[in-house]
Amino acid sequence: MTKKVIRINEATIRFAGDSGDGMQLTGTRFTEATAIVGNDLKTIPNYPSEIRAPLGTLAGVSAFQLMFGSSRVFTPGDLPDTLVAMNPAALKVHLKDLKKGGTILANSNAFTAKNLKMAGWEANPLEDGTLHDYTLYSMEMSKLVGKALEGSDLTSKGIERTKNMFALGVLFWMYNRPVEPTEAWLRKKFGKNPSIAEANITAMKTGYNYGETTEIFTTSYAVEKADLPKGKYRNITGNVAVAYGLVAAAEKAGKELFLGSYPITPASEILHTLSTLRNHGVKTFQAEDEIAGISSAIGASYAGDLACTTTSGPGMALKTEAIGLAIITELPLVIVNVQRGGPSTGMPTKMEQSDLLQAVHGRNSDAQIPVITAQDPADCFDCAFEAARVALKYMTPVILLTDGYLGQGSGPWLIPDPKDLPEIPVVHPDSSARGEAGFMPYSRDENEARPWALPGTPGLEHRIGGLEKENITGMVSQDPENHQLMTDIRANKVARITQEIPPSETFGDDKGKLLVIGWGSTHGSIHVAVERSRAAGQSVSQLHLRWVSPFPADLKAVCDNFDDILIPEVNSGQLSLLLKAELVRPIHQLNKVRGEPFRASEIENKINEILG
Amino acid sequence: MSETIQGIEELNLTRKDFVPDNEVRWCPGCGDYSVLANMQKTLPVMGVKKENYAFISGIGCSSRFPYYMDTYGFHSIHGRAPAIASGVKLANPDLSVWIITGDGDGFSIGGNHMIHALRRNIDMNIMLFNNRIYGLTKGQYSPTSQLGMKTKSSPFGSIDRPFNPSAIALGANATFISRALDVDAKGLQESIKRAQRHKGASFIEVYQNCVIFNDGEFADVENKATRADNALFVVHGEPMIFGKERDKGIIMKDNHPKVVSLGGDWSEKDLLVHDETNSIITNLLLEMTFDPLNPTPFGVLRAVEAPTYDDMLLSQIDEVTELKGKGTLEDLFYSGDVWEVK
Repeated sequence: MTKKVIRINEATIRFAGDSGDGMQLTGTRFTEATAIVGNDLKTIPNYPSEIRAPLGTLAGVSAFQLMFGSSRVFTPGDLPDTLVAMNPAALKVHLKDLKKGGTILANSNAFTAKNLKMAGWEANPLEDGTLHDYTLYSMEMSKLVGKALEGSDLTSKGIERTKNMFALGVLFWMYNRPVEPTEAWLRKKFGKNPSIAEANITAMKTGYNYGETTEIFTTSYAVEKADLPKGKYRNITGNVAVAYGLVAAAEKAGKELFLGSYPITPASEILHTLSTLRNHGVKTFQAEDEIAGISSAIGASYAGDLACTTTSGPGMALKTEAIGLAIITELPLVIVNVQRGGPSTGMPTKMEQSDLLQAVHGRNSDAQIPVITAQDPADCFDCAFEAARVALKYMTPVILLTDGYLGQGSGPWLIPDPKDLPEIPVVHPDSSARGEAGFMPYSRDENEARPWALPGTPGLEHRIGGLEKENITGMVSQDPENHQLMTDIRANKVARITQEIPPSETFGDDKGKLLVIGWGSTHGSIHVAVERSRAAGQSVSQLHLRWVSPFPADLKAVCDNFDDILIPEVNSGQLSLLLKAELVRPIHQLNKVRGEPFRASEIENKINEILG
Repeated sequence: MSETIQGIEELNLTRKDFVPDNEVRWCPGCGDYSVLANMQKTLPVMGVKKENYAFISGIGCSSRFPYYMDTYGFHSIHGRAPAIASGVKLANPDLSVWIITGDGDGFSIGGNHMIHALRRNIDMNIMLFNNRIYGLTKGQYSPTSQLGMKTKSSPFGSIDRPFNPSAIALGANATFISRALDVDAKGLQESIKRAQRHKGASFIEVYQNCVIFNDGEFADVENKATRADNALFVVHGEPMIFGKERDKGIIMKDNHPKVVSLGGDWSEKDLLVHDETNSIITNLLLEMTFDPLNPTPFGVLRAVEAPTYDDMLLSQIDEVTELKGKGTLEDLFYSGDVWEVK
């Protein structure tokens, strides 16, 4: 039988199953193969906060979505074209998102009476016509891998566990992806346990052959290479990109990297990644709590390392007092907040952008701090590098905001040539900095940065601390004039960072009816929405902010060229609040806090609502 | 040891090198003055370059200490000094790091950092000024204040059972524990010296008199007339003897330490012998702290060797570098599956 191959421009696939079904792994393997084919892509995981929620329940469903295409891909896609449902609960949770006419790949062996009941299906949807609007491929995955692996060393449970590789194999066939990279990866991962590796490879190939040979599949899809900028790429998650950005900055600054951190979802992968890099001289210190995480980093900064701390919202709250200490002692420090849903423990595995005001203003007293935000997983590298560079240049802590979607989502990263990364000049005064009146730890350079004199330098012994210091001398001071001066210097130092921000670039036109302003991970959805609206003839452009403290110097001028402003945010209106004060003009808001990123269509609808 | 002595001669430091220009602002008569003076007197003879000392403190009266030492210093935030100091030491293991803290700073708000710094055995020295009161906030009971103590926040007497800080240090598996008295220069200097030389986290508990809010808290051991009869100064390998006439000693009776008079039924050979490497002895001494029938022990209560976190971190960096080769950015960036767009 000849099978049709249809060329398509893009596709969105969602893998869904029980949290023990290995959906994150399956999705990641599909992503890797897709990246190697040369498509552009974005991914997003969606998993419960319980490690193993009760088997077969709706709460226990774990999912992974990716969109890939032959042109630029800015988001992991709105509604999936294809849904892999490994059990009835996965189908129940995700069916509502599947495009009408979309494709379902289901493991029919998991659709037992017990599982159906647990997922709230009254009858078996694979059999009762519920899914007649969709293309359904109901496969006995468990049974098929069982047969393929007859006589294997694995227990029957072990064999059952390879069914995700069967599903992956079917998808590899369906979307014309190579199996070899996953084969190699499995052999490497289970190097010590070859029978597991081989069983998984067999299951994957069985799935692939099932697609190719059985008559139920008539069509496969081809997605051509994307026209990406030339160069070498790899797929990268935002958390890994942050880690690499910090390592790169440390090397370019000639510093050792110190991370003081306490494990927290969804930021822990930064700690994990950096802890593997001992041969890069990286010192990771898993502290006893969030406060010790940042405090140890402040100590390491004082003693001369490039220091950073990584966390998520609740951890950020705990670090607040110490951030103030880093501000008043004017020590360089990178603080990474991988935002999640809150308040309090909130929704640890779900994304949100609701720590913006906390980052910009959330401290006692007037305590300004530069805040940089990353727009996609690969951008996390650049932002981490930039955060470190600015921290070192201005002797200030810098906050980098990413979120769970960026941190755990992935996309292709155009690998930079290390030689092209800018050097980060760092000067430590030596003994000659001691004048007749002694060493002046709060003297100022052209950027009002104070000297970074390291303990161990003869003659520069000095004291710093949380008590207000006299400018220049660094003596403890409660003098009213001095406090005013120091408060102003600290604020000016942050304001001066506008000189690091390149002129704002809008996507679209420089002037028009509507400007959609965003920050952080909304970039992709806004971009797609603005692109579609422009194609439909709307006068709309996009401005995406990287620094949200300070704002770009030309922000007001850019905004003045538009009649209206719309800010979509995954919070209740935090950038809107800041920009209303900054621009003193009304702003349209689009806010949602559902633990998930915007769909482009939601923003598109809002644009149409405003522009008519 | 000869190396250290050689170092001292070369360095040629004196007390004056450690005294900064600024004025000391503790209350007149505060026990802190004596600790400061003994620190300034002892550090010059330790064979460590002046610029390699870093004093890290939290918040409280004692935490002003770094301002009064002409060394590198960091007066930080309440309770966090051990965490900050850990970062300082790991960033530059050549530094001699001292943490100055009080009973509120180190054992109330900063209790968590304290136990973990001790547990990790990072090579730092922690000096706890225990005055059993909150001084800087003007006289509330602290986690080491005795039951029943009347303070501004316990007008009817404290109902908070106190900590025995050195016992917590032992519980945290500290490798060096010493106790000293603010008025005892010799004991203080001995503790400072031993702590400075100890490789690992050293904990010194100083009984320190607060003349304003808790004057006389340690009168029985501070007062020269009664000290010898109430304080037991232990020395490793020597029998536990005390008393003005050195006529009393400690024996073990029914699994409890008991005071006996020497000369009659008991002689030196019947007494317990201090062993700073034996945690059972250390624990026994610590149990005596609040026991009215026994003297309060001072001196080096515990000193054992154990690997330090800082050493292990550095050797891990060396080992992994040896194994994998010095990492380059190129290696790192290309560590995933890479494809090329031409």
